[in-house]
Amino acid sequence: MKKRKERIDRGIKVRSTDIFALSSWREMIYLALPRLLPIVGCLMLPIVLGVYWQKVLLSVAVFALLAISWDILAQTGMVSLGQALFFGVGAYCAGVLNHYWGVSPFITIPVAAIAGGLICTLFLLPVLRLRGIYFSMVTLIIPIMLVRIIEATKIFGGTEGLSGMTPLPSKWVEIYLIMGVLLTVLFCFRRMLDSDYGLVLKGISDNDRSVINAGINIYWFKVQSLFIAGSIGAFSGAFMTHVYMFVGMPVFVLDYSILPIAAAVVGGPGTLAGATLGAFLLVPMSEALRGFGGLRIVLYGVFLVVFIVALPEGIFHYIQRKYHQFERWVEVEK
Amino acid sequence: MFIGTTIYALINTAILALMAIGFNLTFGISGIANFAYGALYVLAAYGVWMMLNLLHLPYLIAVVAAVILNLILGALIYRFVLIRVRGQGISEVIATFGIGLAVLEMFSYFGWVGFEYTLPVLIDRSYIIAGTYVDMQRIIILVFSIFLILGLWFFTHHTSIGLAFRGIAQDERTALTFGIDSDWIATLSISLGAGLAALAALFIIPLGSISPGEGYDVLIKALAVCIIGGLGSTGGVVMASFIVGFAERFTDTYIGSHWTMIVSLAAILIVLIVKPSGLFGKQKELEERI
Amino acid sequence: MSDTQLLKVDNLSKSFGGVRALHHVSFDLKPGELLGVIGPNGSGKTTLVNLITRFVKPTSGTVWFKGKKISHLPPYKIVRLGVARTFQMVKPFYNLPAFKNMIISLYSPRMKQLAGGRYGDRDAVALDLLEEVGFERDAHVAYKLAGALPQGYLKRLELAKAIALEPDLFILDELFSGLSLAEVASIVPIIEKMRIAGKAIIMIEHRLKELFRIADRVIVMNYGEKIADGTSKDVMESEAVKSAYLGTEAD
Repeated sequence: MKKRKERIDRGIKVRSTDIFALSSWREMIYLALPRLLPIVGCLMLPIVLGVYWQKVLLSVAVFALLAISWDILAQTGMVSLGQALFFGVGAYCAGVLNHYWGVSPFITIPVAAIAGGLICTLFLLPVLRLRGIYFSMVTLIIPIMLVRIIEATKIFGGTEGLSGMTPLPSKWVEIYLIMGVLLTVLFCFRRMLDSDYGLVLKGISDNDRSVINAGINIYWFKVQSLFIAGSIGAFSGAFMTHVYMFVGMPVFVLDYSILPIAAAVVGGPGTLAGATLGAFLLVPMSEALRGFGGLRIVLYGVFLVVFIVALPEGIFHYIQRKYHQFERWVEVEK
Repeated sequence: MFIGTTIYALINTAILALMAIGFNLTFGISGIANFAYGALYVLAAYGVWMMLNLLHLPYLIAVVAAVILNLILGALIYRFVLIRVRGQGISEVIATFGIGLAVLEMFSYFGWVGFEYTLPVLIDRSYIIAGTYVDMQRIIILVFSIFLILGLWFFTHHTSIGLAFRGIAQDERTALTFGIDSDWIATLSISLGAGLAALAALFIIPLGSISPGEGYDVLIKALAVCIIGGLGSTGGVVMASFIVGFAERFTDTYIGSHWTMIVSLAAILIVLIVKPSGLFGKQKELEERI
Repeated sequence: MSDTQLLKVDNLSKSFGGVRALHHVSFDLKPGELLGVIGPNGSGKTTLVNLITRFVKPTSGTVWFKGKKISHLPPYKIVRLGVARTFQMVKPFYNLPAFKNMIISLYSPRMKQLAGGRYGDRDAVALDLLEEVGFERDAHVAYKLAGALPQGYLKRLELAKAIALEPDLFILDELFSGLSLAEVASIVPIIEKMRIAGKAIIMIEHRLKELFRIADRVIVMNYGEKIADGTSKDVMESEAVKSAYLGTEAD
């Protein structure tokens, strides 16, 4: 007797996605819960947590932003192996502005986000014309080369880095700034990917010929996607510069490249929420494993392979499916 | 000084070509960019080191065993991981990258870094050529690279399996109709790439020492050479090795060793801007498409 | 070039490595004309389409469209001028509903030009367009996942994507291949309708019978060269065509 798993959308989901006549609180809560939970969670957590875990939360948010930035690129068909590039460029932009000209963090951070995005876009512009694989290669190379160049030419403080940045006014500003940005970025760009514009971006990675054939300049759309992702990454770098009050070569370290990819892959690519969820799982885990040093990165490597092979949809899709559908086994053959 | 620099630039060229040829071969045949390449390189080196220093095997046996192990490992990577994500570019990149990362970071976790982690040179002798001191190992590398590249060329142009490789590389679907099993060829391609990584390690490592950082370094250099030369083209690898090899040595001698990285980066960016698919890129017609 | 020509292809050639895929092909097309392009497999038909739409760069030769040289423009600009093509291999987004597959075409800058920057509700327009090509509205076919649709619908979806661009020239690459007679019969009226609307059409086709019935003029290709050009009747009777299709004794 053979059996097959049948998945059926819950009635409440069928009614609530298309038709706007919500009949009960139950349905409204069903719809709102997945959105309210992360919002309330992100706003409440800083209050509940102690000082140490607040710091962890900061880095969760930063890695979540990097993972979102990775995911946006991946949706456009560009696999970045060097998120550290975006992070590092943003960090140095803010650092240089603040260190040499004493500009206030509230100006350096947005400026660094935009300028960092532009610089990264310019760096990667030549690769956009080529197949995705070139993008991966070049993003892997550039951060490592930038480290060596800074080391060699001794610009921006060389190996010492720049220190003595202006910190943000208080830790509450810090944490709520990053949480606010994370939530905004998450919901806005999730919406963007679901819109027609997002469809075009996904179309480029799926079937670029068909997109060109609609008279769309895919090169220009790739540039836009790269700028968006670059800016998000650069923002997180700039933010961290002011948190650590320091910027130096460690901003290009491998962690900033690997963890975001691992978060997005484990959480589930394509939804941005998956990437965020991945960061919320992996970063605290990595904190807990701090004692093991480099073994964390080994673990990320293993995670990447296992999830890509065994659960390519990621955790988020799995949860989403359980939430929206019920499953049962049906006989297909006696 | 000029002649000396030229000699060392030639040797540097040979080293770069040796590092890149395996990566390039894999990509040229099956279109898979094996980001675990650097890890395989380091793995072979540690393998030989362990066999020599922990098991006290004779050198020849250790070397042969390491190459064979790498061949098998490459095949396993394809059979157990890549075959499941074949054709999905994003997943292929992430999977191979993940494997490489896990292996390299494992070694750095063990802390196997230091001068004792090195391999013996083949012949411990040195010569003075045109007033420049050159050791035997470097000369062997130069000669070996030339033979390896000629051998590979012969292999892909004059043996049936090599021709099957080229067939797959040009048009996978047509090749399938001629009874060429593309999974088998892809397995071989990764396996051969891994084997070449092991060979490269055996010749190059004696010049320095084994460390996980070396793995990243080799990957970066292989990528740089392949991007400049044009992915999948052996002629491109040779040409790009010459460009990077000479540029590095000459900037090192006349400008300063700090600047070698900048020169490589500049070379990559310039090539990408002027001729995006690389100097010898064959991908252009189908892939550039804008 | 005179006003009566919509498209003019002049001495177009392409070689891949040493292989000559297309060799000095020239022809022109009047507005409202339906031109069939036939030829054995590998005779360079699809290459011809790729060269006109410049998905592949020509080795030599030029293409004019509406009196403007287009053979140096990138493909997306050619589309914006009003050349739309379909692909032989249909590759829709299988996990999206059929009407969502139309969105990318409707997002086209050409739409903005034509509609003065506005195009209303894209979903509604997509549904209308799909109904035109025979996605029955009452049966909600347009809402089905593209992956669940039979080949005939996928080809019509491909056609609808081209129609959405409101081009002046359609290039249909083997639209009928892989379709049953009934499916072909259901698509022919759509093409007839496009013709009545005054659109020029180039059809690459293997289904000669259906093509000869609707084409004004037919070009025959063999080994990358144009070997015949004329009305369906002329072409059918031409010796060169017979030998190309049936093979000829060496003499």
